[in-house]
Amino acid sequence: MTSGPTVAGVEYEPVIGLEIHVQLKTVTKMFCGCELSFGDEPNSHCCAVCLGLPGALPVVNERAIHFGLMIGLAFGCEIADRSLFHRKNYFYPDSPKGYQISQYDVPLCLGGQVGDVRIHRVHLEEDAAKLNHIGASGRIHGADRSWVDFNRCGTPLVEIVTEPDLRSSEHARDWLRLLRSTLRVLGVSDVNMEEGSLRCDANVSVRPAGSADYGTKTELKNMNSFRFLERGVRAEIDRQIGILNAGEAVVQETLHFDPTSGNITALRSKEEAHDYRYFPEPDLVPLLATETMIAAARADLPELPADRAQRFERDLGLSAESARLLGFRTELGDYFERALAADGDDPVALANWIPPLIERIGSDQDPADSKVSPESLATLAAMVGAKEVSRDAARDVLTKMVEDGGDPREIVAREGLGALSGEDDGLAALVDAAIASDPDAAEQVRDGNRRAIGPLVGYVMRESKGRADGGEVTRLLMERLQAS
Amino acid sequence: MTEILELTAAAAAERVRAGELDPAELFDAYRERAAAEELNAFTWVADGPPANGDYSSAPLGGVPLAVKDLFCTEGVPSQAGSKILEGYRPPYTATVVRKLAQAGAPLLGKTNQDEFAMGSSNENSGFGPVLNPWDRTRVPGGSSGGSAAAVAAGLAPWAIGTDTGGSIRQPAALCGIVGLKPTYGACSRYGMIAFASSLDQAGPLTRDVTDAALLFSRMVGRDHCDSTSLEFPGELTLPKAQDLKGIRLGVPEELTGDTGGVEPGVRESFEATLKLAEGLGATIEPCQLPHAPHALSAYYLIAPAEASANLARFDGVRYGLRVDGDKDLLTMYAHTRAAGFGPEVKRRIMLGTYALSSGYYDAYYGTAQKVRTKISEDFRAAFERFDFVVTPTSPWTAFELGAKTDDPLAMYLNDFCTVPMPLAGIPAISIPSGLSDDLPVGFQLAGPAFSEQRLLDAAYALERAIGFDGSSARR
Repeated sequence: MTSGPTVAGVEYEPVIGLEIHVQLKTVTKMFCGCELSFGDEPNSHCCAVCLGLPGALPVVNERAIHFGLMIGLAFGCEIADRSLFHRKNYFYPDSPKGYQISQYDVPLCLGGQVGDVRIHRVHLEEDAAKLNHIGASGRIHGADRSWVDFNRCGTPLVEIVTEPDLRSSEHARDWLRLLRSTLRVLGVSDVNMEEGSLRCDANVSVRPAGSADYGTKTELKNMNSFRFLERGVRAEIDRQIGILNAGEAVVQETLHFDPTSGNITALRSKEEAHDYRYFPEPDLVPLLATETMIAAARADLPELPADRAQRFERDLGLSAESARLLGFRTELGDYFERALAADGDDPVALANWIPPLIERIGSDQDPADSKVSPESLATLAAMVGAKEVSRDAARDVLTKMVEDGGDPREIVAREGLGALSGEDDGLAALVDAAIASDPDAAEQVRDGNRRAIGPLVGYVMRESKGRADGGEVTRLLMERLQAS
Repeated sequence: MTEILELTAAAAAERVRAGELDPAELFDAYRERAAAEELNAFTWVADGPPANGDYSSAPLGGVPLAVKDLFCTEGVPSQAGSKILEGYRPPYTATVVRKLAQAGAPLLGKTNQDEFAMGSSNENSGFGPVLNPWDRTRVPGGSSGGSAAAVAAGLAPWAIGTDTGGSIRQPAALCGIVGLKPTYGACSRYGMIAFASSLDQAGPLTRDVTDAALLFSRMVGRDHCDSTSLEFPGELTLPKAQDLKGIRLGVPEELTGDTGGVEPGVRESFEATLKLAEGLGATIEPCQLPHAPHALSAYYLIAPAEASANLARFDGVRYGLRVDGDKDLLTMYAHTRAAGFGPEVKRRIMLGTYALSSGYYDAYYGTAQKVRTKISEDFRAAFERFDFVVTPTSPWTAFELGAKTDDPLAMYLNDFCTVPMPLAGIPAISIPSGLSDDLPVGFQLAGPAFSEQRLLDAAYALERAIGFDGSSARR
């Protein structure tokens, strides 16, 4: 919870809602036959329709509707059997028709839930063109020239609006991750924040903890990474609390968070409050979602992250935390399930090896891209379970696997990292040496002070270079000391 | 030569197909007249007939077509009568124009019109007014005034225009020709520079009903580029009806009474036509369209509202006129639109913008849509008792240039009898019913959606009974 310390002693509770724009991964644009592209030569994918030439008319992309329905069904939304497209009027060079075709008062999907956050609505619309400003400022004000690239114009978008159910910047970040993996699993979008196929605005307000009323909200625009979202929202929460503590009022406005400076500034451009003069798009007929269309969308639904997490917890006995990690991060879940297929004796133990793995490869990386195959991770986990290698030694083996790949059995054999067992003379000798090295501690243990065993165990572990199993060492020490 | 020009389009097509008429000769005969015309009916005329013109089996027989300027024609100026699109040559051709060319009606020229189809006199063109061939001191009507004048004057065998609130029927009436506004959705709007998308429909302007039927039969059909277009149900054939036996005609009191300010000469011609219809076997009774008097008000909210959005794309960024401002975007927009749009277009953009504004939407646009629904219901009820509803097309004959330019509301009243039909999406046809003080009068028949075949049949029978002679305008 990011409620800051307060002068007046008032505890503030942040209230956050997100508006997310997702570019759909259709072959063609929302209302014309131009191919979608990213990074191609500017204005190489446009036609009369997406350039807004006189006389051109839009035709709805059926695939985009299908994807919209999949999203709505995945979120548990109520699907409108008849929804409308509207014209949202505004003048800007990124809008060739002078209006955006969007959905307004009758969207495709209403309600629903993703994880612990309720969905307000999901609707379909078209993306704007991309403006490139030539000049020092990089923004339209003070630019020498501005180019318009219409390749992006008309790309199908869904806008997802949440209820104000998020309560901290971390919460917002984590939930957006869940949303992203959900959309990725659905296969409806590349959901790449850097490339802009997933874009997030946040509505932020704060209120005294326990209050049922909402404070004045501000809208934080276009945070293009999870980290920026978290930092931006946190900065805005702190800014609002500062304002309230100074006895002033938060002003409802649209803001821009600069991740480099950490500054929040008011936007003065088309994003300002507008009268968009929405009215039903007369060039399109109402969008009818038939039973057949809905059934087809339902048939294409894969298992969703929230459901997967639930299954991991319920069927495999994973902890809630572990289940969420593996369920919400699709690539981790996929990796885990491949490892499980290789050796599924102890799913909980196997799951516990995923965090150390991503800690070593980089927390945002996909382990499938690493040198550690799911099968070899399963082998390593099984070796620990069979006490063939100690947990500590196994961590070193994992590090080597991450660096050079390879089979854990071979690494253990090559490096001589196999566990020392009770029957092993070497371990018995080490136990004897420990007792000899610290007679005081040994005496105390004999007298019944079991806690005094620590230094003796430590000695063995140290001398065995982690190959010994701590439990086994304790057992052997107790055996010796009680017997003598 | 004169003989060629006296052929109707259907007759000319038949001769071409029979090998009795050279389509190139036909084209040139009209091309020469169109290029030399003095009515300002054309904004562009083709250099010659298209190459490879074999029309021996073409349904439209190579009979050249005049096309209202607002239809996009690839590589050919398509300016919608507006300075803001002066010299604009689109990269594609409107579906309807393409279909007609494929059926054998090559493009003769582009015709003058009220700017973005906003007007009833053709005085709102950015390229000067069109003159009425019956009296060159008078307007031809609008907005398809160039198409109407060209056909009436024999500068073109036939033409297409668009009708939003009367823009085909009213100029057809004022120029003494036939004009059909089809059912909404019957013809593709793809490539028509939009005025009001929920009302705009393309249709034929022709010398007689047969020509209208022939041209229309090749315009219809579902177009995958226009989501609002529909497959035309049933087959369209050339009209053959000899009488009106069993046809019930409803005369709506609201549109033919005193409210519309119908001129005495127009009323006389209308009543004479009703008598003729009766003589052909029709029954004639008064009918009610209670909400029709509100149609004009609803129309002048809905059409400008849609236009305010449709015309937003003319911003100087990508095509057409651009007038730079003070090196900033907003003044570039303002200067471009101030210089490019005429006063009537600006008036309607402002009207429409206001009608859609937050806080006014429900009172204006919302209410207008409710009225629109009521008007549709009125027609539905009327068509339970009647085959067609009939009215004068325009309350007046052609008026003098400049007579109404200072009074927009008086100008809007031109559309009093023609506006209810597009609001209901239903078809209507105007045929010449005679002359009043040497000026043509139009008679309008409106039917239920997709009743064009019956409408054309009835109009054909009436046309024969009326025996209107428009040849004097072609001299």
